[in-house]
Amino acid sequence: MEPVLRVDKPGLQTTIQDLGRSGHRAYGVPPGGAMDRFALLAANRLVGNPDGAACLECVLTGPVLIALQSCLIAVTGADFGARVNDEEMPLWTGVFLSAGERLAFAGRRAGARCYIAVAGGFGGDRWLGSLSTYQLVGRGGLGGRALKAGDLLHPAAAPPHPQVAGRHLAQRLLPPYDRAPRLAAVRGPHFDRLARPARTALWKTEFEVGKESDRMGYRLEGQALEAGGRDILSIGLALGAVQLPPGGHPILLMADHQSAGGYPVILGVARADVVLAAQLLPGEHLSFTETSVLRAQDAWRRLRAALETI
Amino acid sequence: MARVRIQPLGDAALLVQLGSRIDTALNSRAHAVAAALRKRSGVRDAAAGYSSVTVYYDPERTSYRGLAAAIPRLVADPGRVGPSGRLHRIPVTYDGPDLGEAADQLGLTPDQVIRLHGQPIYRVFMVGFVPGFAYLGPLPAALQLPRRRVPRTLVPAGSVAIAGEQTGIYPLPTPGGWHLLGRTPMRMFLPDSDPPSLLRPGDRVRFFPA
Repeated sequence: MEPVLRVDKPGLQTTIQDLGRSGHRAYGVPPGGAMDRFALLAANRLVGNPDGAACLECVLTGPVLIALQSCLIAVTGADFGARVNDEEMPLWTGVFLSAGERLAFAGRRAGARCYIAVAGGFGGDRWLGSLSTYQLVGRGGLGGRALKAGDLLHPAAAPPHPQVAGRHLAQRLLPPYDRAPRLAAVRGPHFDRLARPARTALWKTEFEVGKESDRMGYRLEGQALEAGGRDILSIGLALGAVQLPPGGHPILLMADHQSAGGYPVILGVARADVVLAAQLLPGEHLSFTETSVLRAQDAWRRLRAALETI
Repeated sequence: MARVRIQPLGDAALLVQLGSRIDTALNSRAHAVAAALRKRSGVRDAAAGYSSVTVYYDPERTSYRGLAAAIPRLVADPGRVGPSGRLHRIPVTYDGPDLGEAADQLGLTPDQVIRLHGQPIYRVFMVGFVPGFAYLGPLPAALQLPRRRVPRTLVPAGSVAIAGEQTGIYPLPTPGGWHLLGRTPMRMFLPDSDPPSLLRPGDRVRFFPA
């Protein structure tokens, strides 16, 4: 298939991502995929793609892309000031680009990661069932790497018919994105190891997202939490799990997290709120609030229901 | 069989703990339970730890409660465990940056460390951390050391290392806190194979000086 977009400038870190890969954790392969799964799902719905189609995930700054043929696109997630030629482009809305038109971003207003979908989805190298770029091993997406200037982006499939521009997701249905979100989390299997003052601190502390935070996980700075008990044997980990290493500063595991580990797991953040964490940058803040498995699952169901309005 | 503990790991995964020690029989059972769970509807993936199984499920197709209720029966009778794994002989050049220091701490000579490391046939208890990283053990008691106080920010691929009751081979350049004894030219991560790992749970490994 003919390329649909050309990369004029790649942006800081733009990669192809879908909903990730499953079934290979027993060999150390993380789920990967979009950090903000809601924004990816919404972007796909807005251009008529299936849920699992691949989008571009852009961190902090967006790319500059030139349409090589007319195409239907949508930009969701973070607000980086999307522009078509020099006109503001509405977010969470399907928009047609004509051949030669230029998608660019004026600058970050809110959020950390924006998603760009194109009708038909982005094509690339499929690795273990997913197009998601996994940079540690250089697989998936476009040669397992972030986009570079001059890259040509091909669609995965012909655009679905009919192509309808103007589909939109109402502002009130978006997740409660915030610069300092309170993430709902279920107690983890080793929560009981926290000393009593550490439990109080866990729910009260506003943690700062540390500098060494990326698609693998966020280091959380704040009051050190004290935990007791013997070393644990390594267990399989999950997206949203909060580990507590010996220094007492928690790590929130994100999409490319290590698949197994031996630190106590004190919390598991609800999927609906991993979405909120995905929109944070180092230096921003988060805190935790307790929830139950059933309430957390309901929260994700409500987000899914919002997508049905598209 | 000790009591099975089942606890949530967020809202789409749960942890089944079968015990809390490194034990071949317990680990075999964990892998058999993981294999049985992977076939169950609503289960997206399952990964065994040393003595645990983490189950990743789709809450739209199965419930935490339903899954948790079914697991004790599966643990009691997980079905046939697969054939015992393949034996891999892995050559090692024992010139790692931590060989001398580890020997000092253990009160051994580097040659004794090398000889002891090559003696056992290790079992692959699990593969995790990064693609292709096999947790091998048990390590002879005379070689057991706590992890390095300050982990290295970059350990070269192919490094052969020890920590606690474990030994392993770094498949990719990653940070790491284990003691580096040497290196092997063998590739642990096989990106173009499925599974993408040379070593699989239940396999056996013997090291020899290259």
